[in-house]
Amino acid sequence: MAVTVKTPSVKAAPLDVARIRKDFPILSQSVRGKPLVYLDNAATSQKPRQVIDTMARVFEEHNANIHRGVYEFSERTTAEFEEARAKVARLINAPSEREVVFVRNATEGLNLVAYAWGRDNIKRGDRIVTTVLEHHSDFVPWQQLAKDVGAEVAVVDIDDDGRLRRDQVSAELRRGAKLLAITHTSNGLGTVNPVKEIAAEARAAGATVLVDVAQAVPHTPVDVQDLGADFVAFSGHKMLAPPGSGGLWGRAEILESMRPFLYGGDMISRVTVKLTEWNELPWKFEAGTSSYVDAIGLGAAVDYLSDVGVERIHAHELSLVGYLLPRLREIPGVTVYGPKDLESRVGVVSFNIEGIHPHDVATIFDREGVCVRAGHHCNQPLMTRLGVPATTRASMYLYNTTDEMDALVRAIHAAKKVFGV
Amino acid sequence: MDDMYRDYILDHYKNPRNFGELEGATHTYHDSNPLCGDELTMQLKIDDGHVDEIHFTGKGCAISQASASILTEEVKGKTLDEVKAIDRDHVLANLGIPISPARIKCALLGLKALKGAAWGLTAWPGEEVKAK
Repeated sequence: MAVTVKTPSVKAAPLDVARIRKDFPILSQSVRGKPLVYLDNAATSQKPRQVIDTMARVFEEHNANIHRGVYEFSERTTAEFEEARAKVARLINAPSEREVVFVRNATEGLNLVAYAWGRDNIKRGDRIVTTVLEHHSDFVPWQQLAKDVGAEVAVVDIDDDGRLRRDQVSAELRRGAKLLAITHTSNGLGTVNPVKEIAAEARAAGATVLVDVAQAVPHTPVDVQDLGADFVAFSGHKMLAPPGSGGLWGRAEILESMRPFLYGGDMISRVTVKLTEWNELPWKFEAGTSSYVDAIGLGAAVDYLSDVGVERIHAHELSLVGYLLPRLREIPGVTVYGPKDLESRVGVVSFNIEGIHPHDVATIFDREGVCVRAGHHCNQPLMTRLGVPATTRASMYLYNTTDEMDALVRAIHAAKKVFGV
Repeated sequence: MDDMYRDYILDHYKNPRNFGELEGATHTYHDSNPLCGDELTMQLKIDDGHVDEIHFTGKGCAISQASASILTEEVKGKTLDEVKAIDRDHVLANLGIPISPARIKCALLGLKALKGAAWGLTAWPGEEVKAK
């Protein structure tokens, strides 16, 4: 088969991966006597020393609840928490940090929009346009919202290369859409969607534009203003930060118009027996004690990513994919799903080995020290579209190496040997 | 080379016993394991408290399919009381391989479908449901 491997469009100085790896204590471990090869970064990333230390320092030196105490520890912790928000705002080029709401993860951010915006703005007969590439977290909330209010969900298909059917996107938007819910980058195939031009079309059609950037922010530069989105959501744990940290960005005027999502402490400005007035943005959406140490860890992760440079990380991942794809195609019985070249994609490679179920593949890989995801990747509509129950997925990040791509290839041969295929 | 994928398991996976549609089945139950997409249907011909015939169909990982295949060999010809005595630990022991925690559900899918087919239940009456 002819293999087209285009030069990555991103030009950037190569990463000093050996040095980067020293920042990640977990990567020096062995698994069953073999060096750990961690290729499940689309599920969650590993954490650098800088993030771990930052969080430990808060606990050890000035832990106190935020926004409440008038003593020094609380003030210091609050300042670091709000500084983390400012860092996130800069990373995604949000016009104001008031528009950045800390949430547990992308799922919570997307549900926040579905409940606090969707239930007041999506009515019977309205249309929600989404895609077959969505993670369940950007699919189930809209499916259920539509069911509750009597709206319709239109799901745009992909072509055989795993790319969105642009003609269908346009056709669905022309038919009318109140909301476009679209992923920037597919967690199942690694496809990067042309979100900017689609968002412009959607806005012209009168739709509110929500972009799931959970697989984008860790791996590619994301500029919410340039994208033309109204909402974006992402998870911290996929971008070197701890689980429990994440962000929802929304345009201020929309966030202002919305009701709160969760009610409780910190999200109020005044409570009487009869009524409650809400706090200002973004705290209106942050009820209860936030995962403030996780958020501060996210701030440290943003520092780390910014220091390395997200563009360089993207270029590095593409170089790994460019190395891996032709080697996978040489192996008889291996089918790779998704984009066949390096154009508009990230370091996610989904594949199957004929005659071996992905779970068996992943179990044998584990014996080789290689951690991958096997399953439907919270992408059941996509798996159905591909006509497979599951795939094996290798997903790369800044600390992965070409040696690890070779280890992956060796693990495939090991699995084939065990199964005699 | 691999504890979990002994020849015995791979043989049952590649050449499943009692595989295919069972004509004249009196009891049929389909179950699936959504995590990995394993699918399994157990079909039984039960007469006077005996399992005269048992077939299964399905697709999925080697562990789920081999475990089901091994189970059908054991169940065939047994009385329902004997079948009822087959539990989780028995199935895992029968497999004779170390099953990692993440794969337990695969190993037990056949038993779950068997219970569903024989009793219309996914747990024997009175059996404590084990934690996931």
